[in-house]
Amino acid sequence: MDKILKILIKYYPVFLEGLWGTLWVSAVVVALGSVLGLLIATFRMSKVKPLSWLADAYIEVLRGTPVLLQLYVFYFAMPDNVPEAVSIIVALVVNASAYISEIIRAGIGAVDKGQWEAAKSLGLSNKNIMSRVILPQATKNILPALCNEFITTIKGTSLASVFFVGELMTSFKTIQSATFLPLPALIIVGMIYFTLNFVLSRLLRVLERRLAVSD
Amino acid sequence: MTDIIIRTEGLKKNFGDLEVLKGIDVSIRRGEVVSIIGPSGGGKSTFLRCLNLLEQPTAGKVFFKEQDITDKKMDTCKFRQQIGMVFQNFNVFPNMTVLENITLTPILEKKVPKAQAEEEAMALLKRVGLEDKANEYPRKLSGGQKQRLAIVRALAMQPDVMLFDEPTSALDPEMVKEVLNVITELTKSGMTILIVTHEMGFAREVSDRVLFICDGIIKEEGRPEQIFTCPRDPSTIKFLSMVL
Ligand SMILES: Nc1ncnc2c1ncn2[C@@H]1O[C@H](COP(=O)(O)OP(=O)(O)O)[C@@H](O)[C@H]1O
Ligand SMILES: [Mg+2]
Repeated sequence: MDKILKILIKYYPVFLEGLWGTLWVSAVVVALGSVLGLLIATFRMSKVKPLSWLADAYIEVLRGTPVLLQLYVFYFAMPDNVPEAVSIIVALVVNASAYISEIIRAGIGAVDKGQWEAAKSLGLSNKNIMSRVILPQATKNILPALCNEFITTIKGTSLASVFFVGELMTSFKTIQSATFLPLPALIIVGMIYFTLNFVLSRLLRVLERRLAVSD
Repeated sequence: MTDIIIRTEGLKKNFGDLEVLKGIDVSIRRGEVVSIIGPSGGGKSTFLRCLNLLEQPTAGKVFFKEQDITDKKMDTCKFRQQIGMVFQNFNVFPNMTVLENITLTPILEKKVPKAQAEEEAMALLKRVGLEDKANEYPRKLSGGQKQRLAIVRALAMQPDVMLFDEPTSALDPEMVKEVLNVITELTKSGMTILIVTHEMGFAREVSDRVLFICDGIIKEEGRPEQIFTCPRDPSTIKFLSMVL
């Protein structure tokens, strides 16, 4: 306990930096992953069969191989002048987009098909049907799952520490190599992860309840 | 010929192996009010939905204002804007206010200025007694109010034809009247109307012509007095004896 406090006091800027790194990487990954995921979902639902197959293969491959392996692939495959952190974040975005595209697809699929029919019968264009009628309703289904994805991503970013990207697990490694004491730093990092995700999942529950009420 | 607004020629529709429409030939005149009756599963909804391409016909032709709508080159959105449809389950948009439900398509697709679209929407709401609900969300409305909203939402596009698919079947009995009153008023305005309904009294009162659809074909058609008082086809006789 004593050691933990000492390390916390001495190294708190390192932990804060790591926490900040974890948060912004996760936020970037989920935000860009959602944009890419929406595109993939659009392809997946497209009537153009090759597009749909391509998207399906993309999703299956990314969900069927370990994230760590994907990180290594991007790490080695990117041109040398691309910073490592960028390769790793791109890899995380690509990985998240596969999961998010399925979240979006399920959310869209859950919208009553009568909504599509009414919108079509009015003569709305497909683009407007999607953006004005379907997506706003699908968001209700998508948002909670997306927050869940954010929590998963926060934990997932720890894998990036293998490449010293500067998130929480990297803080742990920095302190470990400075103090040769792994456990206290590990416990602190673990507590930060836990608190973060605990608070987020509670917020998520509140959000879910709010959304349910507005039905 | 020019007063024919919708004409079908050998219209067929299959779902997989199931032959739902087996060849429908019918012409609808401008301003005509046509009721469609028949047993459940006979293909009434499918017929209506082929007319605005919610279903793609398997064979045969559908002409709207002399234009073949099954032609791939046709602009489906522009075409659908000319035909309003009202569904059994209302299908109002829950994510928009009553007013936004109505103004959405005129503003987006017809580029009507917002202020003008809202003014016209308010006039329509007034016509169906919903002007005080303009800024409510549909979840606050009763079934009858939702259906009246669905009707004026379609009317806001100033369509040439209105299709109704059992507009009162999902309503509690006390709300059927308010919706039928709105439709009755519409029939007097000269609008071309096709309505699938189980309200036989209403069909008899408002229609110029009644189609009896059963097993995917028009088994019998005629003026309402004839169909309801001296039906000729055995299946019409059987159906009417069960529902009247
Ligand atoms: N999208 C569909 N896919 C498969 N079968 C369908 C579909 N829509 C309707 N059917 C079938 O077509 C038949 C006629 O249906 P419908 O046109 O709804 O009849 P009605 O409106 O007269 O009750 C029914 O047997 C129904 O199960
Ligand atoms: Mg039906």
